[in-house]
Amino acid sequence: MDTEPAPERSERPSMTDTRIDKRFAALRAERRAGLVTFVMAGDPDAATFARILEGLPAAGADIIEVGMPFSDPMADGPAIQAAGLRALKAGQTMKKTIAAVKAFRAKDQTTPIVLMGYLNPIYVYPVDAFLNDAKDAGVDGLIIVDAPPEMDDELCLPAVAKGLNFIRLATPTTDAKRLPAVLANTSGFVYYVSITGITGTAAPDAADVHAQVARIKKSTKLPVAVGFGVKSPEQVRAIAKGADAVVVGSILVTTIALSLDKAGQPTGKTVQSVLGIVQALASGLRDGM
Amino acid sequence: MSSPKTRTPNPNSFATGPDERGYFGMFGGRFVAETLMPLILDLEGHYTRAKSDPAFQAQLADLNANYAGRPSPLYFAERMTEHCRKSASEGFGAKIYFKRDELNHTGSHKINNCLGQILLALRMGKTRIIAETGAGQHGVAVATVCAKFDLPCEIYMGATDVERQKPNVFRMHLLGAKINAVTSGAGTLKDAMNEALRDWVTNVKDTYYIIGTAAGPHPYPAMVRDFQSVIGRELRQQMMAAEGRLPDTLVACIGGGSNAIGLFHPFLDDRTVKIFGVEAGGHGLGVENGHAASMNGGRPGVLHGNRTYLLQDGDGQILEGHSISAGLDYPGVGPEHAWLHDTKRVTYVSSTDKEALAAFQLCTKLEGIIPALEPAHALAYVTKLAPTLPDTDLLVMNLCGRGDKDIFAVADHLGMKI
Repeated sequence: MDTEPAPERSERPSMTDTRIDKRFAALRAERRAGLVTFVMAGDPDAATFARILEGLPAAGADIIEVGMPFSDPMADGPAIQAAGLRALKAGQTMKKTIAAVKAFRAKDQTTPIVLMGYLNPIYVYPVDAFLNDAKDAGVDGLIIVDAPPEMDDELCLPAVAKGLNFIRLATPTTDAKRLPAVLANTSGFVYYVSITGITGTAAPDAADVHAQVARIKKSTKLPVAVGFGVKSPEQVRAIAKGADAVVVGSILVTTIALSLDKAGQPTGKTVQSVLGIVQALASGLRDGM
Repeated sequence: MSSPKTRTPNPNSFATGPDERGYFGMFGGRFVAETLMPLILDLEGHYTRAKSDPAFQAQLADLNANYAGRPSPLYFAERMTEHCRKSASEGFGAKIYFKRDELNHTGSHKINNCLGQILLALRMGKTRIIAETGAGQHGVAVATVCAKFDLPCEIYMGATDVERQKPNVFRMHLLGAKINAVTSGAGTLKDAMNEALRDWVTNVKDTYYIIGTAAGPHPYPAMVRDFQSVIGRELRQQMMAAEGRLPDTLVACIGGGSNAIGLFHPFLDDRTVKIFGVEAGGHGLGVENGHAASMNGGRPGVLHGNRTYLLQDGDGQILEGHSISAGLDYPGVGPEHAWLHDTKRVTYVSSTDKEALAAFQLCTKLEGIIPALEPAHALAYVTKLAPTLPDTDLLVMNLCGRGDKDIFAVADHLGMKI
């Protein structure tokens, strides 16, 4: 027989002690769902973004998603499109995004950071160098909208080999037949997209979402975070009853947009207004539960 | 079993792609959001079955013949040939033919693809159609088939293009389509495609997206190519009838590249046939972000569901590009062209805005045919290439669209008021 032995599972980097795993373990111990906050790197400019990022954990963010701005965000609604364009206009680059994470990580060693975006800026970085730099900066995971399981050899498998969590989106169209493929190389958590649609548009129905989360949980032990369309503390509280974490994004970048002056520059209230919203949203998970 | 003299199948066939994952070499694939993946896999299944279903093929052939008006004529452009021979040495100056796809119903090759895809949408039980359009030729073709098959239709079109292609916008209105003017980005074709994808991801259950060019996630590039290949298949027969042999040289313009791949594909394994694709050179390839020549002025990247050559900056942000022609004003190109470029089977060149404008007027005056600005780019290159070829060379240019839609824009560029 000249068939090669199958690679041992134990040879893969252990995922049991990533920051994301530890954070979900801590949330379970606190018997509450987590708040995942999305902000766009470099929005509205690099300096203001650094202050927002630094303030998020104290405001109540359990996990931080950092958007990597892209000129053509095909799955995003107007709010996040605008945030990406603001960041690009202010001169944001992938190197600056990674540097921002590194600066954050020097002060905070426990709050997980997940980079979220589209494949092209990573592809041209290119992939290997990106994974090295991201890991080195203290990035914990990746969510790449246009890298489905069929394309796993492009980024997912190399990322997992580097010890980064690759977090997959499951959607209402991810049926029972497809779910195993979506879960196969996913780690950290599963991101359930609560609507078919783009970010920040229709509001999800909490009962529907709970049923879908329950369906996914039958197939995986991973925590499930729910996002897309969650905007108010009431929604956060309702969704959280049937999920391990709730993701908010459009409401935060909209708050940033509303705080800017007529020239699109940050004002004295920019940082505080977005952190204030995060506090309000987080309170929905910490009281009355 | 095999004798030493058995030849292995030609490993360099250019006509067998893509592979089962949708790759042409390293190009293609399916880089889409998870929401769309089940639908795209479903579409691939339906298309695979339809392709080998004689009933589907018969219905499509009937529509092509009796609704679209195929086959389109192969026309010997005698005065254009004479014109190019004037500047050629003795014994040079190719014999120039036009493949007249501008004579199709709706005025361009776009109808070939739309008829195929609307039949597929019906087979899949979809009840709503969306599409993107640049010059409006694809939008008009989509609106046309939606009128014929009684399906609601929404067209995404960049606001800049809505302005410079008013006649087509009005046609789409008349045909019953809803036009959504897209203001994000530069308001051109790529922005329209982003917005169409956002609609699709939102309405995935009942909506079919008729992509207009041979790009996007697998199986679109192969499917659109197959529907457009009727152009090249007809040409083989027509040239055999006219000249008793295959053509020597093929020329077509390239935006996403659907008319070109339709002309080229049936000839890819005929190695004696020289093939040229003409990109939009805009203000010139040396002008940053001033052209739409993704292969001659771009690098590989991932956008709109496929890996291909893209106009982009060093950080992977997509550039808008520029062309006088709304139909070529796109920062990417179909993945099969990207592969044919890398393998050098096809030579990709470019024509500038000015050259296309000159060719537009030349064709109109010499042949009495007003070409669209898109094929005017191909024609501009023909006027340079033909004089360098022997006078026995049979050159075919795909005249893929008519220029009625462009007369206002051209008048503007020439400083005339209509």
